[in-house]
Amino acid sequence: MDLTLFTIQLLNGLQLGLLLFLVASGLTLVFGILDFVNLAHASLYMLGAFICASFTLWLGNFVWGVLLALPVTALVGLVVERVVARPLYARDHLDQVLATFGLILVIDTAAQLIWGPAGIAVPLPDWLEGQVQIGAVTLPSFRLLIIGAGLMAAAGLFWLVNYTRLGMLIRAGASNRTMVSALGIDIQSLFALVFALGATLAGLAGMLIAPITEASIGMGNSVIITAFVVIIVGGIGSMKGAFIAALMIGLIDTLGRSFLDDIFKLVMSTEAAETSAPAISAMLIYIIMAAVLAFKPSGLFPPKVR
Amino acid sequence: MARKILTVAVLAALAVLPPVFYLTGNAFYLDLATRLVILGIAAVSLNLILGFGGMISFGHAAFVGLGAYAVGIPAYHWLYYTAGDWAVSGLAQIPIAVAVTALFALLTGLICLRTRGVYFIMITMAFAQMVYYLIVSIEEYGGDDGLVIDTRSQLPFLDLDDPLQLYGLAYVSLLVAMGLVAMIVKSRFGMVIQGAKGNDERMRTLGFNTYAYRLTAYVISGAMCGYAGALLGNFTTFISPEMMDWTRSGELMFMVILGGAGTVLGPVLGATVFIVLEEVLSSITIHWHLPFGLMLIAVVLFVRGGLMGLFAVLFGGRK
Repeated sequence: MDLTLFTIQLLNGLQLGLLLFLVASGLTLVFGILDFVNLAHASLYMLGAFICASFTLWLGNFVWGVLLALPVTALVGLVVERVVARPLYARDHLDQVLATFGLILVIDTAAQLIWGPAGIAVPLPDWLEGQVQIGAVTLPSFRLLIIGAGLMAAAGLFWLVNYTRLGMLIRAGASNRTMVSALGIDIQSLFALVFALGATLAGLAGMLIAPITEASIGMGNSVIITAFVVIIVGGIGSMKGAFIAALMIGLIDTLGRSFLDDIFKLVMSTEAAETSAPAISAMLIYIIMAAVLAFKPSGLFPPKVR
Repeated sequence: MARKILTVAVLAALAVLPPVFYLTGNAFYLDLATRLVILGIAAVSLNLILGFGGMISFGHAAFVGLGAYAVGIPAYHWLYYTAGDWAVSGLAQIPIAVAVTALFALLTGLICLRTRGVYFIMITMAFAQMVYYLIVSIEEYGGDDGLVIDTRSQLPFLDLDDPLQLYGLAYVSLLVAMGLVAMIVKSRFGMVIQGAKGNDERMRTLGFNTYAYRLTAYVISGAMCGYAGALLGNFTTFISPEMMDWTRSGELMFMVILGGAGTVLGPVLGATVFIVLEEVLSSITIHWHLPFGLMLIAVVLFVRGGLMGLFAVLFGGRK
């Protein structure tokens, strides 16, 4: 096995894992605290990418694009929370799944009306276009930036949840909503805030991936499923679970796609390995999820009982 | 009573109108009705576990797809069975479709039913995704591009190449499926399933092994849906992994909810309105997903119990 290739794929897996964490953390926050299944969460990921693309093309600078797009995405999140999510909090999960499924259709089509059916490429500033040499490995500097930004966002989130008053309320809300509101906390504003925070994180992930894949309609539809796999494996509502599961899924998916055929070749014929490896690697994360749930029906880190 | 009249009216309309349209030169409407009836069977099968059993499967499109591929793959290999003078490939394909989907439901159900709530929703979806990616990666059968079925299933006394006969088969199958579900629901078995939906713990305390009951219902539902898939493959003569996309599973769920979960007629009504709306809206604008999605949200928010619930409010006749 080629060590350079392995290192590159390892970093790619890390990058995917961190992006997944940005999407999944919001999902797991919203689910853990609001008890709300939001299939349309990744629509905010897509909107983040498109809004950032628009600002970047308008201002001619990606960094400014991101900085302006973040509050706008948060605002969109607040609107979605107020209009669609709030009436659904008291409903069962089936209703939530269906309504947010409808929301995906609405947001996808609306995005198509606003930005057109074609994707939008997001140009990077020169200083991000280059490559960085680390030992024998050459890496695009933007990918390193994604990893750095992802780690920073994760650290910020951990700090927010574990060491601030807001984080305390969030954790309290996750374990007992009724009690928190009985103690005089404005639970509605807390919910709206959590929802907007989740939207912003998902939007950030979309903004970071846009320069690589370009912003496109339906880009969220594959991410949302993977993000759900992450929070299910991690245990719904658990931030630690989401982080570990996101990195695990990101690494397994990326490494599986590149090296599974090599591994298979050790135990079977070349031909058999080359036909079965792509199939297995595409299914790998779902196989892992099924395996985890078969043994731990509430995920690896189930949150404390309510 | 009012509900019975509605059921008879809907089924009679489905029996009479499409063939009349076809014979008066509007073949398109028969096509639409065939798709509607086949998806109706799939929705009826989903309703058995979702509406009556409280098992929210978000992966039912996989059963449709597996059923269709059970028709497509033997046809691709030119496996045509003959019995005497009859060409009877369908007598192999349809049982294969049912057996494969029943087996898939059994294997996945063993794991899925260990979980509850959102975990169940998501693990059924995960298994559907596995099938999706499995089919995508098998290039022999077209992978992403799908597979054209050259020859429809051959059955004795029936020629599926004749749209009317295909519709007839689909329609009768729908009646049988509805009858089957109605029978199951009224049986002791069905009572246990519904009891487990309401209060699983209580049913277990009463001595029922609800896990086995629920698993059985899940397998019946999967097999029925696989049968619908076999019909769908015969109808479209083109199958692709896209049939099992998770959004397809979402659409099936919507049909059930729109019509009214936990009612025998509801899913059929839901499938009808769904297909007709899809057709009408998409003929008006290419952006039909927008009004469609808004409608979906509105139905969930404002129409409790779906169309059957609405009907009950308007005309009474709640059970």
